[in-house]
Amino acid sequence: MLKEKRAADIEKVLAKYPPERKRSAVMPLLYIAQEEYGYCSDEAIREVAEIIGCDPTEVKSIVGFYTMFYEQPVGKYVIDVCDDLPCALRGAGQFVTYCEKKLGIRAGQTTPDGKFTLNTVMCIAACDRAPVAQVNREYRYDLTEASFDRMLDELSRS
Amino acid sequence: MSRFYGTKYKTMDRHVLLRDVDVPDIREYDVYVANGGYAAWKKALTTMTPDEVINVVKDSGLRGRGGAGFPAGMKWSFIPKDIFPKYVVVNGDESEAGTFKDHQIIDGNPHQLIEGVALCAYAVQANTSYIYLRGEFYEPAQTLQRAIDEAYAHGMLGKNVLGSGFDLDVHIHLGAGAYICGEETALLSSLEGQLGQPRLRPPFPAVQGLYAKPTVINNVETLANVPPIVMHGAQWYRQYGTEKSPGTKVFCVSGRVNKPGNYELPLGKYTIRELIEMAGGTIDGRPVKGVLPAGSSAPILPAPLLDTKLDYESIQAAGSILGSASFVILDDTVDIVWAARKMVRFFKHESCGKCTPCREGTYWALKLYDKILSGHGTLADVDMIGEVAGQMAGKCFCLLGEFATSPMQSTLKHFRAEYEAFIANHQGGTMNGYADELIREGVIAGPEGVIAHH
Repeated sequence: MLKEKRAADIEKVLAKYPPERKRSAVMPLLYIAQEEYGYCSDEAIREVAEIIGCDPTEVKSIVGFYTMFYEQPVGKYVIDVCDDLPCALRGAGQFVTYCEKKLGIRAGQTTPDGKFTLNTVMCIAACDRAPVAQVNREYRYDLTEASFDRMLDELSRS
Repeated sequence: MSRFYGTKYKTMDRHVLLRDVDVPDIREYDVYVANGGYAAWKKALTTMTPDEVINVVKDSGLRGRGGAGFPAGMKWSFIPKDIFPKYVVVNGDESEAGTFKDHQIIDGNPHQLIEGVALCAYAVQANTSYIYLRGEFYEPAQTLQRAIDEAYAHGMLGKNVLGSGFDLDVHIHLGAGAYICGEETALLSSLEGQLGQPRLRPPFPAVQGLYAKPTVINNVETLANVPPIVMHGAQWYRQYGTEKSPGTKVFCVSGRVNKPGNYELPLGKYTIRELIEMAGGTIDGRPVKGVLPAGSSAPILPAPLLDTKLDYESIQAAGSILGSASFVILDDTVDIVWAARKMVRFFKHESCGKCTPCREGTYWALKLYDKILSGHGTLADVDMIGEVAGQMAGKCFCLLGEFATSPMQSTLKHFRAEYEAFIANHQGGTMNGYADELIREGVIAGPEGVIAHH
């Protein structure tokens, strides 16, 4: 149970908002749930709904609205490569194609061993460092095919 | 600890906003204070009334840096004095394609943002502030949180700040991937734990904002301007910029240039052409085809307009908007039809679904672009794109839908011949280099069939 396992974190999140506005905590709580369960499972959604005192359906709609809450299990490492216009002008399109070939999957898919999910994402506010990606929300700047290979090696070992 | 972001191009003797260019470790509390940090906050708390703070910001002529360019001091003066609590909400959702200035301010000079938040809160007598950062700013958020913790530890935030009797709490709230949350009322809905969809105005946030209480919403860069204004005064600030666009502005330059990055410049001093030169010129010195002054939202300005000055009025007179000043540079290697489709796809993906013209308009417009890009377009499709954009324009609930028409209408206006040539050269499913992208996006079939996307 989230409430026991992450009690201190949950309390810290709830303290940010007025006591009668617990619903404001839905997004930070979903991040905590996602850290624990890997994705926003029905169980996770029910627990978050209970903490903020609303219907699970409403929490589910929040999960569906935002791209960073996962409705399905994802790989251990989620690689989000930006291929929006500014990045695409600096080779992000070809770079994503390389990532797909290297991982043997299409963007939007997870490798069979469950290690990597590859996504293309809209602008992530680092256009001057393209091609750019985030791995589990951490920026990786100025990527090349060679640095991508090195990154995969590193992550595969960990 | 996260790796720090930011390109360090020196464009001024002393930067006003990107002070991390001059003082690399200014993100540290001690270094910030040693370089004049929190002096404006002390000055305001000990020698100024809240109204005096509002007035100096008003006199400075500071305009909102998030996109709309609304005078910040005037916005603050709309906050009713007799309703409590009030809130200061910081818009750090920075999601416009081509915009990465707030990213550098948060990562490189976080205390100046915090000091700006504090001054704004004091000016409108708000005791709580929420800094809403896009979810992808998970790393910058850690830098900012550390800076907030330092500010609390040194008594710059919290209860009875510097013995003034004024209390202020500052919290970070992370979004989770939704461009629409940069729209201020959608941001408020998101912060309240609702779907991030815009609200009808009036009531305006100044009267009924967060939790239906009076709320100032300002962009990160806007608030980072406030400490130097309060410290040195409106006249000092007005040494930079023009009469109607005072101050300095961070220009994000991306796309087909040699040195993409953030460039802080006085408004109105330079032209677009000079900005491109500062950014190292175009790759291989190719001719510029067009420039997007505010990412995907801004109508494209074709090459003959490159001598337009970099301020709100001049860019508007040229037929576009300065907005967040995210200059995406397109050279003659860039296919305009492909670029327009990229932008339309962005808006289709980011449309929140609340209003029909935006939700359906972006959907059908993308269908038309998909048809053209995959080599099945006709001239009638080009006219239809113009028609769809025309049906959306002026009818959408918020600016997202209005902005979505910019790439369509402006590229049709300036580059219609390219659409016609594209169609003539790409018939019967010819796609040149676009096949991988179109397969990935489920537009055409790959070896494994058409990829389904939700």
